[in-house]
Amino acid sequence: MNKLLIWYGELITGKKLIKRGLLFLTPGMLWLILFLVLPGLILVVVSFAGRGAYGELVWEFGLGNYKRLIGYGIFGWTPDYLLILWRSVWVAVVTTALSVLLSYPLCFYIARKPPRTRYLWLTIVIIPFWTNMVIRTYAWFLILAPDMPLAKLAAFFKFIAPGMPLYPSAFAVYLGMISMFLPFVALPLFSSIERLDWTLVEAAQDLYASNTRVFMHAILPQTLPGLSVGIILTLVPAMGMFVVPDLLGGAKYMLVGNLIQQQFGTSRDWAFGAAISMGLMVLTMFSLYLYKRRNKDIDLL
Amino acid sequence: MKGLQLRGINKTYGNVKAVEDVSQEIHSGEFFTLLGPSGCGKTTLLRMIAGLELQDSGTIILEGEEITALPAIRRQINTVFQSYALFPHLNIFENVAFGLRSRKVPGPEVDKRVKKTLEMLELGQMTKRFPHQLSGGQNQRVALARALVNEPKVLLLDEPMSALDAKLRAQVQVELRRLQQKLGQTFILVTHDQDEALVVSDRIAVMKDGKIIQFGTPVEVYESPKNKFVAEFLGTANLIEGTYHDGQFHTELGIFELEKPPSWKKGLIAIRPEWIRISDTKPDKNGIRATVTEMIYRGTNLDLWLSPGPIRLRTSTYKNIQIGDQVWLDMAPKEIAVLNE
Repeated sequence: MNKLLIWYGELITGKKLIKRGLLFLTPGMLWLILFLVLPGLILVVVSFAGRGAYGELVWEFGLGNYKRLIGYGIFGWTPDYLLILWRSVWVAVVTTALSVLLSYPLCFYIARKPPRTRYLWLTIVIIPFWTNMVIRTYAWFLILAPDMPLAKLAAFFKFIAPGMPLYPSAFAVYLGMISMFLPFVALPLFSSIERLDWTLVEAAQDLYASNTRVFMHAILPQTLPGLSVGIILTLVPAMGMFVVPDLLGGAKYMLVGNLIQQQFGTSRDWAFGAAISMGLMVLTMFSLYLYKRRNKDIDLL
Repeated sequence: MKGLQLRGINKTYGNVKAVEDVSQEIHSGEFFTLLGPSGCGKTTLLRMIAGLELQDSGTIILEGEEITALPAIRRQINTVFQSYALFPHLNIFENVAFGLRSRKVPGPEVDKRVKKTLEMLELGQMTKRFPHQLSGGQNQRVALARALVNEPKVLLLDEPMSALDAKLRAQVQVELRRLQQKLGQTFILVTHDQDEALVVSDRIAVMKDGKIIQFGTPVEVYESPKNKFVAEFLGTANLIEGTYHDGQFHTELGIFELEKPPSWKKGLIAIRPEWIRISDTKPDKNGIRATVTEMIYRGTNLDLWLSPGPIRLRTSTYKNIQIGDQVWLDMAPKEIAVLNE
């Protein structure tokens, strides 16, 4: 232990090295344990508890909350909650997919710019983050209002009645979600695209590849590291998103994030809220597992 | 008409003329090398033949058919890239099969052709491995296989040996030459390495500033360089300046007799270091008395610097020579190259 060793050029004893490691590691570990691991464990416990008449926690443990989540209520089985869960996954997947589709051309466009203007363009992509998320979402109210061109256009094509706004609707939710998450996909993807080795594209062209083959074999594999970071950064938070669907989707387009928020808020049913949270977490893990299995060679997080 | 014809090819980047009015015929089945220093336009020219770069003007004709306006995917020409550009996520077999799969060649035939090509390049054991698991030399052969399996009418090689170490490079050069002779296919190589050009080529075109300055067989360009640039770029040369009158070449070093009278009155002659012989007695013609000022031992030979001049001389290491020795240099008229430009 007290033997001298050279650690990346520094002469040090093993004992000192361990001491130093602990010094740096402890604060972070404590933080994680106090504010992530412990609350997580409490959440697991709470999810098995019950609800009292006035919304207080009752320490009687059972599977009631989970039964309710999969649809067994006092009036028999209903798919309501499962539908919300399924819809959340669906919205997250569609949001991610559309963000990826929009990000590729955007990133290629920015990457072709000369270095000086390139970072100006990237800043434009990031600027929305400087504004509060709620305010940004409210801004959509204005854009989608009845008197604005978008709503008028929709009314002209008879998608909506004249004089109506474009919200609340699924369309508005997607619009809000994509505008929220596009930078999360675009920025990591850009870092991959910026370093793209174009010789591989030329080699594919030289070997008679169609445009699809060029993308699949020369561009996709090279951009996969950035793309997978972007997908995870979008898919996971999108599943639990509640501000955007709450404001732009209304009651008709409730997602699991809203449902959880409702349990901890107005409904005062913390135990059920905890159970839904656990359900969401399992779902997220399962999605990541599926994603990982399909892309075996990607290092995930 | 067989082979590849380039007619009046021009390419400009901004103000720089990368390729200027290049017209060149490349015969079917020959190993043709574009040789020149970096920035001379040789790679640009190669990329235009491949269809990866668009010329400003000029025509390219492949086997009697104009391909000037065809994109790379429609040219029966394949390239071995300098960085090899192998697909990192595909194994060796799939890398080599890429071109055939692109053209939807039926599976069993892909199998047969890929295996045959891999066997030919001694990569038969590597099919399941990935490019990052192979050595530089092996990857270079994979890149070669990936291009050759498509049976291109012309194979382009863009400095394919620059990433190999010197010893392997020398070995690969000979192998490449043998392979080309066995296949009888047209190869066009781009290189800045004059040894490589001399070893592999049937014909060499020496390029400078976007133009082909001289072309011919390795013997022609090495032994009869047209001008100072070619003489110095291919190997080393003693360049001696002087005037020609009264049937003799008059220089500061002395008077030389030439085999043929030059086309100029005042100009340069070139003598390669290994063409000069050392003698103890005064030679009949073109003898120069010189003193050894510096010696460099190279194992296979001995390089001497002599004054006046300085003159460089290459001789065998058996010669017992010391610095300060006075010797006679024998420069026979037939060993002197007259630079006519």
